[in-house]
Amino acid sequence: MKNIGIILVRIALLLLLAGLFFGHLASETYQMTEAKNGVLGFLSLRPLHVSSAYLGIITAGLGFISIVIQKRKNTFLSKLLQYSHLALWVIALIGIFYSYFTGDFGGREYWEFNPIWAVPIFVSFIIFLIYYLYQLGFKEKWNVYQWMWLTGIIFFIFTFIENYLWLFPYFRSHFIADMTLQWKVNGSLVGAVNQIIYGVAFYLMEKISGDNKTSYQKLSFALYFLGLFNLMFNWGHHIYLLPTEKIIHYIAYAVSMTEWILFIRIFYKWNKQIKENKQHYYFFPYRFLMAADYWVIINLGMALLMSIPAINLYTHGTHITVAHAMGTTIGINTMIILAASFYFIKPSFLSIKTLKLNSLFFWSTQLILLTFLISLIGMGIQRALWQVGLKKSTFSQMTQASSLWTLLFIILGTLLMIFMGYFIIYLILKSLKKNQVT
Amino acid sequence: MNLNIFQQPRKVFIILFSFFFLFSLWIYAIPLFSNYQKPAKESKSIANGRLVWQKYNCHTCHQLYGLGGYLGPDLTNTYSRNKENETYLKGIIKSGVRQMPKFNLTDDETRELLAFLKDVDASGTADVNSYQPEINGTFSLKK
Repeated sequence: MKNIGIILVRIALLLLLAGLFFGHLASETYQMTEAKNGVLGFLSLRPLHVSSAYLGIITAGLGFISIVIQKRKNTFLSKLLQYSHLALWVIALIGIFYSYFTGDFGGREYWEFNPIWAVPIFVSFIIFLIYYLYQLGFKEKWNVYQWMWLTGIIFFIFTFIENYLWLFPYFRSHFIADMTLQWKVNGSLVGAVNQIIYGVAFYLMEKISGDNKTSYQKLSFALYFLGLFNLMFNWGHHIYLLPTEKIIHYIAYAVSMTEWILFIRIFYKWNKQIKENKQHYYFFPYRFLMAADYWVIINLGMALLMSIPAINLYTHGTHITVAHAMGTTIGINTMIILAASFYFIKPSFLSIKTLKLNSLFFWSTQLILLTFLISLIGMGIQRALWQVGLKKSTFSQMTQASSLWTLLFIILGTLLMIFMGYFIIYLILKSLKKNQVT
Repeated sequence: MNLNIFQQPRKVFIILFSFFFLFSLWIYAIPLFSNYQKPAKESKSIANGRLVWQKYNCHTCHQLYGLGGYLGPDLTNTYSRNKENETYLKGIIKSGVRQMPKFNLTDDETRELLAFLKDVDASGTADVNSYQPEINGTFSLKK
């Protein structure tokens, strides 16, 4: 049977590559003084960048789940469901890019394409849910990552429906309620995708450590429940400034603070973490998981501070938010995707020379990402100071004043594209070799 | 009866999902209980203006209440910021400025977009200086 999962992973890697490329093109707009129209204009490039990256992460998640569960059953129905899902997903992707290249917009932020292309996405997810439940069955006890994957799929479907409620004038004509709903969707969708990707990380850790008891332990389920609770109720921290119902803000504030448990736990098990890092350091898939772990510390720390409304008031609407978003999508999600891609495609290197070269690229990528995020925080601080009125200048003067940070952001973004692009192209080429995929 | 919740993820999932579903229903119902009701014609214009905002991807560069893109300024209160604001905004839309291209909106689209921006402006303020932090970590509007 053809490995549909790896086809999805290849598509995902191509999308991530496109995301890096469009991101690089879009970043150059920050240094321009004149508008560009058409597909090279910022109006097209930003949606192309964001959608490529976001859809790449989702596709990768679905691809890894497929690889794992495909082995469980090989019936006619399995194949029918898998092929139908893949066909609809590809149709949706083609439609979305057609929509962007022809300037046929109409959707909302992160989903700017013509809403008609939401239909194949929705149907393909329903088919994937049926496939998932069919492959897993209900007889055996599910482990924590199987629950995380199911959670991700169900919540994606639920929030994706909510994502298009704006089509009804009832929602659209009430601005505050509409924005509340829009950011409920954005927050929960990210949470749903994270459940899928973090589930993949859990799976990898189980396989690398060889200890399959961990994924049935109380602590694993406690962390899963905490993630689920936050997915459902913490999204209000995006809209503290929006004059919506106050109770939504209070719930988000209280729920977001429960993530301190995760943060404290990281430091509690610090010694164990270091020991584990040393033990598996030379296994390349683990290397990326290790990187994701450290990025979790930085991003969780930022997220916790930004979830406090009094701090959020000053960071909101600045590039500090972008730094956090980039930190989670690149530092956490993409690192897990690279870890899983290495695990399934090319777990180890045969020669020391190749290992050393890849190690060099690995550490360069981490360093570039760190400085890239610092440049965004620099831009964010400039804007935050301007927002509170400490710098009496126009918007245009403020952006000019932060041109050094902006230049750094563009240069480091370009380097990030090259270094991450190297790993992505390497994995795509390796995956195309026969008998390479495990 | 097994009270260990970690042994029963299905029950926990269903209970949490039920709360989430009820919470979602309440959010869908917010417009019904709001004082924010507008005459039907104005309401239609605002709803259509939101579509114009989306059709031309305004959120790619601009923010409303700090939500959106970062290339241009926040437009929450742009409607009331300048004298003769409608004329000023029409001029910017038609001729563009710096990285912002010219937009060829129809008269109806321009009218609806301005109705939308006027409505957004009336909903509150996105000016950070209008708020004050509180000791419990929240913030409130300055009196």
